[in-house]
Order: sequence, then structure tokens, then C-alpha cells
Amino acid sequence: MLLLIPLLPFLGFLVNASFGRRLGKAASGAVACGAMLGSFAVSLASAARLVRLEPESRAIADQIFTWIASGDFTARFTLRVDPLSAVMILVVTGVGSLIHIYSTAYMREESDSEYARYFSYLNLFAAFMLVLVLGSNFLVLFVGWEGVGLCSYLLIGFWYQKKSASDAGKKAFIVNRIGDFGFLLGVLLAFVHFGTIDFQEIARAVSALSPERTFGTVSAIALLLFVGATGKSAQIPLYVWLPDAMEGPTPVSALIHAATMVTAGVYMIGRNAVLFGHAPETLTIVAVVGAATALMAGTIGLVQNDIKRVLAYSTVSQLGYMFLAMGVGAYAAGIFHLYTHAFFKALLFLGAGAVIHALAGEQDLRRMGGLKDELPVTYWTFLAGAIAIAGVPGLAGFFSKDEILYHTFNSNVALWVVGMLTSLLTAIYMFRLVFLAFHGDRAPAKSEHRGKEEAATHSAHPASHSAGQAPAHLHDAPPAMAFVLIVLAVGSVVAGYVGLPEALGGGDWFAKFLEPSFAPQAHEAAAEHGLELTLMLVSSLVAVAGIGVAIYFFLRHRQAADRAAERFDGLHRLLLNKYYVDETYDAVVVQPIRIVSENALWKVIDVRLIDGAVNGVGESVTGLSELLRRMQTGSVRAYAASVFLGVVAILGYYLWR
Amino acid sequence: MMAPLADYLILSAILFAIGTAGVFVRRNLITILLSIEIMLNAVNLTFVAFGRALASVDGQIIVFFVMTVAAAEAAVGLAIVIALYRHRESLNPDSWTALKW
Repeated sequence: MLLLIPLLPFLGFLVNASFGRRLGKAASGAVACGAMLGSFAVSLASAARLVRLEPESRAIADQIFTWIASGDFTARFTLRVDPLSAVMILVVTGVGSLIHIYSTAYMREESDSEYARYFSYLNLFAAFMLVLVLGSNFLVLFVGWEGVGLCSYLLIGFWYQKKSASDAGKKAFIVNRIGDFGFLLGVLLAFVHFGTIDFQEIARAVSALSPERTFGTVSAIALLLFVGATGKSAQIPLYVWLPDAMEGPTPVSALIHAATMVTAGVYMIGRNAVLFGHAPETLTIVAVVGAATALMAGTIGLVQNDIKRVLAYSTVSQLGYMFLAMGVGAYAAGIFHLYTHAFFKALLFLGAGAVIHALAGEQDLRRMGGLKDELPVTYWTFLAGAIAIAGVPGLAGFFSKDEILYHTFNSNVALWVVGMLTSLLTAIYMFRLVFLAFHGDRAPAKSEHRGKEEAATHSAHPASHSAGQAPAHLHDAPPAMAFVLIVLAVGSVVAGYVGLPEALGGGDWFAKFLEPSFAPQAHEAAAEHGLELTLMLVSSLVAVAGIGVAIYFFLRHRQAADRAAERFDGLHRLLLNKYYVDETYDAVVVQPIRIVSENALWKVIDVRLIDGAVNGVGESVTGLSELLRRMQTGSVRAYAASVFLGVVAILGYYLWR
Repeated sequence: MMAPLADYLILSAILFAIGTAGVFVRRNLITILLSIEIMLNAVNLTFVAFGRALASVDGQIIVFFVMTVAAAEAAVGLAIVIALYRHRESLNPDSWTALKW
């Protein structure tokens, strides 16, 4: 039965890829959504079956076939659902279905064949993502891992005729390849060390060892796997592809680059919690990288002007939170944040999509404003998402973020301070976005002299013709989109209550449910509720303070924001240019590789060495034959003489042998 | 009274040597062809002599084959020589060295 979960979207992909252009929009959209909803239903059924089992034995495995059997290496294609996978498949199919439904309206302007192509990619992505989270060993996971990378590439570059979109697709793919290389090395090292690639067997083998005090093989495996996670989940140093990935259609950004695919790295660490738990050195690295990414991306998000880029940096920042949680050993909290984040970040992206849709492709925050009254559904749902992500008490983001911050505080106060600071930044940049887009006045359309830089940020919807000129009448989200926004808004409000902490009278049900997946992890001492409550209070205050700052600067006194930007011009410029990371990578990595490739590999190794060898063989043969052909004198008597001498020589040889 | 086998073989070797020398020394295609005939007949003599010494007819049978081939070879060879002569009014083999590098 588990096979149906990835198989249904895959069938949807096959149908849309093969006959899509002849189906028409209604049919191909229905096929894609139907496949996802079917998969969601099967996932729900599987999860229900799982819950009915005893907590200790909550796992269902389906062995489909033995994939590779070679010597002492066997890889079975086995799908396995345990509490962790159950959460993931529900998020992927649930949020995925909603985004499919949303897309039917959002992509309406595309031609029939493009529409079918879009849905076939989206279904293929879902299929691979489900293989990723259901796989019971590294090889199956890797299939999904690479598959989602491929679909991500295809969807970022969906509008492939636009140079920036196809470049962004390539960038995402290449940066991911770097991470995948580390990941693959990690898997191979794990196989060499443990003789298996099955998650459970590795966990069993590792738990027999004692945690590594110094950096050893287990730490190396964990670190290499984490390199893969930094690529897929956009962490320092490989996060650079995610902001560029916003060139893709907005629902894609919501599904792949916010809710599901980018969380694969977090999931992978959670899946190998035992392994990582035995590598404290690596875990420290994970936590520090996560915290650094969270803070860095948060600061960049503060000044970006493209609505989707703000959300992209926000995603990077929230992913940093999840890695921070993983790094301090709070796996359940990390996955909890992954789950709540899927709701509100998908909501925010889809809300942004609705805004872009209404403004016919406009993405620049500076040319938005005052949309509150014209797009009420979008506004209110977006606001719900913003409150949720900011961490205001009572909404989803608050519970999961607090869970993480609480565990971080117990582990390392410095990291907690960073987390708190990021939390403040999150509230500020989210409400800056809300106020700039929905409040205040809209700047008049400046279609005549748009600067070069503005033309670059303004993008994404080549299908829309009237880009730039704000239409006279704005239409709110069409029914399919509005429905999805409302569902997600409700989710953003209530999703957190499944993990209501004990300190607030809840049962911490979510963490308890996930526990078997992270067992045999040592259990923490009974929590002090007092401390937890104090921390919650602090973070609530921080969230409210952040919103207050945003109100002051971006709602009441916009000039103050401009003045602040002028006063800290250097800092502002630094943030606006994203710390010049892309430029640095270009100078440090890309250009040296290009120069070495061009001047050494191409002009010396290829042209001189390889071509030289090939041409040299040819030329030496020519030269040698130049000598040999002199033997062909054309004189019959000379030939006769050589035949005669040959006969004499042969006879002589046999006679005097 | 029969001459011993060695005498026939010596005669045959002398004839073969004469033929070979003719092929290398003479500058006339017809003479060269004749020299080749002498070489063939030297071989024929060897065959007949061995056949007789070994009391077998095999040698004579092979000689018939050799004579047939020699006749055919003479026909083809002379035809070529005539064609060459018509082409260049010469019978010197060194006149035809076009088939080289």
C-alpha cells in the first residue's frame, strides 16, 4: 500500500507528460490534483494505521523488490513509514495537494502544453519527495534526493526562455551537486564502516558504540552527510541558490523552495538522529552553521525589495532554525518547526503569489502598497501567516520556535541569543513586508523609465503582458487560490497545537509521537516548566517588539526608515548586496575555476596534451610511412629481386636451422 | 645403364640458375619471359627425375600441370608485353616504373 503514495503522483506525471497537451487545462489539472489528493488519502490511511500500533513498534515497512545484490552489498527498495516519515508524507502530500489546487488558477495564463508540463514536473517532484521520505536506506533516499534536485532545476527554469530563470536553475543544480558529492561520500563511508546502508541497521550499529569524544569516523560520516544537507537545505555555505530559485513560478517556490524539498536536509539529519547523536563535534558544527545561517539570512531579508526574495531569505533563516534544533539534539523540535513552517511559509508564498498575480507580475515591494482593501482575502491570510512566523503566542510558529529556543538555551546560551536576535529580525522583516505591500499608498506606475536594476528585480511572469502598468482594477485571488489561502491560514493558526508543550498544559504530543524515530536517544531530564515559561515570555516580547519596530519604521514613519538606511549607508549597502557572497564566490571559486579551466585545462592539457597525443600519433605514422613508401620503387626487377631474396632467406633458414 | 639422380639434379640446378640470372640480367621483357620458362623447365626436370627415381608417376602428373600453367602464363605475359610495347615502343622493364610512391 505504501507504494501507492509515491506511485500515484508518478502516474500523474506520466499521464501529463505523455498526453498533457491534448488533455486541455481542466483535465490535466484534475489529473495532477487527483493524483496528489489520492496520495494524501493513502498517506492519511497509513498514518492512521501507524497510530493504532503500539508506540514502540510504530513502523510499517513494504519491501518492493531487491534492487541490488552484489557480494556483501544489498540494497532493497523498501518503503518504510515510522512517525517521522508519517509527518513528512502528510506535509508533502497535504501541502502539496493544496499547492496543486492553487496552481490550477495561478498558471491559467500558460498555454495548454506548458500547463501540462508544469503539472507533470510538479507531480514528478512530489513522487521523488515521497520516495525520499519513505526510503528505508540511503540508496533509496538518494534516488529521491537527486530526483527532487532534478525537478527543482526543471521548475526553477520553467520559464526557460528567460535567461535569468534558466541561469538560476543551473545555479541551483550545480550548487546542489556540490552538496550531493559530500552526501554520497558520507553514504559510501558509512557503508565501508558499517557494512550496510539501511538506516535502522546503521542506528543499531552506532548505538553499540559510545559517542565519539574526538573527531572520528562517525563524526566524519555525519559531517559529510551534513554537507549534503547544506546543499539541499540552503545553509551556509551553499545557500546561494535558494534566493535565485525565486525565478520559478511562485507556487513552485512555495512547495519546493519553502515547504518540502529544502527541508530534506533537516529530515535526513532527523532520520539519522542516532548517528548524529554519536558525533557531538559534528552536531556542534550543525548548530553553529544553523544559527549563523538563521542570523545572516534574517539580516539580508531585512532590506530586500523583491517580495519573493524576502520570503526566500526568510526560508533560509527558518531552515537555519531547524538545523540549530538538530544541532542541539532537539530533533523533535526541529521536525515540529519543519511541520509548522510548511504551513505558514507555503501560505506566505502563495499570498505573495496572489499579490503578484493581481499586479500582473509586479514583484517589487517599492511599487506595492495599499493592497489591504483591494485584496482582502490575500491580506488577512497573509497577515495570519506573518503573525505565525513572527512567533506571536497562540499561533503555529510560536510553539515550534519556542521549543527550539528552549532546547537551545539548555544547550548553549550564546546560540540562544543568536536565535532570539533572529526571531526579532523575523518579526521585523515579515511586518515590513506586510506594511510595504498592503498598507500605505501605492507608488504610481513608472512604466516609462524603469531603471535597469528595477527591470531586473521585476520579473517572473513573462506570460503576463501588462507587466509594469498597474491595472486600474485589482482582482483578489480567484476561488481556487482563495480556498487554499484560507485552508493554509487556518493551518498556520492551529497547526501548533498538536505540539502544545507541557508547560502550557499540553501533552507535547507531537514530540512523543516522533520519539521512536529518534530512539535510542538519551532522554533529557524532566523539564523545568518555570524556565520554559520565562523563555516563552521573553520570546513573545521579542516578537511583539519586532512587530513594534516594523510598525514604527514601515507604517508610521517611512522617512525614519530611509534616514536610518542613509545613516548606516555602508551596512545597508552590505545587506542589500547580500554580504557580497555571490560576488565573493564568483571571485574565489568560479573565476579561478574558469581561469584554470581555460588556461590550463583547455589550452594546455586539452589542446597540447590530449590533442597533441592524438595528432602526434597521426603525424608520426605519416612520417614513418614517408620512409617506408620509398621501398615501392615501381621497378619490376627490384620486386623480383626481393621475392627471390625472400625465398632464398626462407629456404636458408629451414636448411641451416 | 641409368644416369644417377644427382646428375639430373645438378643439370636442373644449372638450368634454374641460368633462368634466374636471365631474369635479373637481361633488359628485354621477352628474354625475361623466356628465362622464366627455363626456370619452370628446370623444375619440371627435377619432378620427372624424382618420379623416376621413386618409381612413381606423380612427378609426371605435376609436370603436366606446370606445363599448362606455363602456357597460360606465356599467353598472358606476351599479351601484356605487346600491350606495353604498343604503349611506349620499348621492351626495357625499367621504362615502366609509374606504380610507385
